[in-house]
Amino acid sequence: MSSSSTIAPGDAILQIRNLNFFYGNFRGLTNVSLDIAKSRVTAFIGPSGCGKSTLLRTFNRMYDLYPGQRTEGEVLFHGKNLLDKKQDVNLVRAKIGMVFQKPTPFPMTIYENIAFGVRLYERLSKSEMDDRVEWALNKAALWGEVKDKLQQSGLSLSGGQQQRLCIARAIAVKPEIVLLDEPTSALDPISTAKIEELINELKNEYTIAIVTHNMQQAARISDFTAFMYLGELIEFGKTDTLFIKPTQQQTEDYITGRFG
Amino acid sequence: MSLYNRRIWINRIGIALSMVAMTFGLLALMWILWTLFSKGFAALDWAFFTHDTPAPGSEGGGLRNAIVGSLMIIGVTTFASTPIGILAGIYLAEFGNTSRFAATTRFVTDIMLSAPSIVIGLFVYALAVATLGGFSGWAGALALSLIAIPVVVRTTENMLRLVPSSLREAAFAIGAPHWQVSIRVTLRAVKAGVVTGILLAIARVTGETAPLLFTALNNQFFSTNMSQPMGNLPVVIFQFAMSPYDNWVNLAWGGALLIALLVLGINIMARVLFRKKSTN
Repeated sequence: MSSSSTIAPGDAILQIRNLNFFYGNFRGLTNVSLDIAKSRVTAFIGPSGCGKSTLLRTFNRMYDLYPGQRTEGEVLFHGKNLLDKKQDVNLVRAKIGMVFQKPTPFPMTIYENIAFGVRLYERLSKSEMDDRVEWALNKAALWGEVKDKLQQSGLSLSGGQQQRLCIARAIAVKPEIVLLDEPTSALDPISTAKIEELINELKNEYTIAIVTHNMQQAARISDFTAFMYLGELIEFGKTDTLFIKPTQQQTEDYITGRFG
Repeated sequence: MSLYNRRIWINRIGIALSMVAMTFGLLALMWILWTLFSKGFAALDWAFFTHDTPAPGSEGGGLRNAIVGSLMIIGVTTFASTPIGILAGIYLAEFGNTSRFAATTRFVTDIMLSAPSIVIGLFVYALAVATLGGFSGWAGALALSLIAIPVVVRTTENMLRLVPSSLREAAFAIGAPHWQVSIRVTLRAVKAGVVTGILLAIARVTGETAPLLFTALNNQFFSTNMSQPMGNLPVVIFQFAMSPYDNWVNLAWGGALLIALLVLGINIMARVLFRKKSTN
């Protein structure tokens, strides 16, 4: 693997060290080490099954839901190992939000979709909550479209709107990192463009880690890109460098479309 | 005959056979409903709802005591079995996925679902009636609850299992504790299905006779005391239908029609609710 020295240590918000992941006896990740830079967009690319989603799902301990999935190694967040069994997972997830491939609005009103997560960690008055909901929907560039129907079901929105609602919901909790697991793969090009624009806006305040199948997307929106293959990190570096002058043959083959 | 023509004919024969089977089934149902309506409808007059069951040999009478008794017993059953059933269903679907305790609970629930209702009646008789000294409305509600709970448990669990794991993950991803995920997100996502399950459980116990024979027994007089034997529609129908008195037999037909209408109403309600909820 090429070095990750492109990020100065002080700028890393997540430091992944020798991470291994197991689905039962199958090893899904092998010795992955890299830094996720603060207030930057880091993209993970690679063919299906290469472990990029698995890696993303270790950052918020999603694998905890499934018995038989386990990790070895470290993911350091503010100096503490997230993977430590003693670490409170709910607090981790409040600080590291996630948006999934398919939009997953909760079966409640648009307003409640946003307020649900906020209420878990903060006690706000009605007007403070109203402000927070508006703030989050504004951040997700959705406020204009839904401000007159906050009491309608979140399921009544279109797919692209639902996905932005999910982003608003993740942001409303005020996380430090937002994980995006192929957030546009179920959306049409116009909705995709809106989400990409949104990622560009958000990266000033949040650290973003995005898994994508779309290499153009990774090139367009990310500052750093990691190429993974068969559970290993093959190459990691500045997006421009990785796409223009990859150091590894496998990376070059993948981004030029020779396999994958 | 070409292969294509043959297929058309096989298709026609298949459809014809299905139509015959459907007609046969529908005819039986129509026949039952027709008999019920023609014999029962005449009995549904004002006195039917305002008078109590008549003494042997006396004229007229109604089923007021049985209707009120049935409503009370079913009411208590619903209030008791809904929370127990839903909570057990949540446990099975969301918490006890792989545990031995959950597997046992699931197995016992399945047995209870198919247990003959007379067995449950006898069980409650031995447990609560014979030991605590007497037939009562409470014992009746207990027996019916034992029938209703497994239905609610199973529908709740099955409905929760239909929730896509992505929704559950999304709720966890925001930092919600497990119980909040279960009650506020996944249970809410299948609310219509769970309510349908409860309604179907009510419909199921509404017509149950055997468990009430040994438990609530019957009461010729109007009573709202759940600690005493209690009049109820199924047992009254059972006794009156076989009696030699014409007015009793008439009341039995009226009672049968009333129960059929109740169950029909509950089923239609469940359908409408489920359809309305699952389209949005």
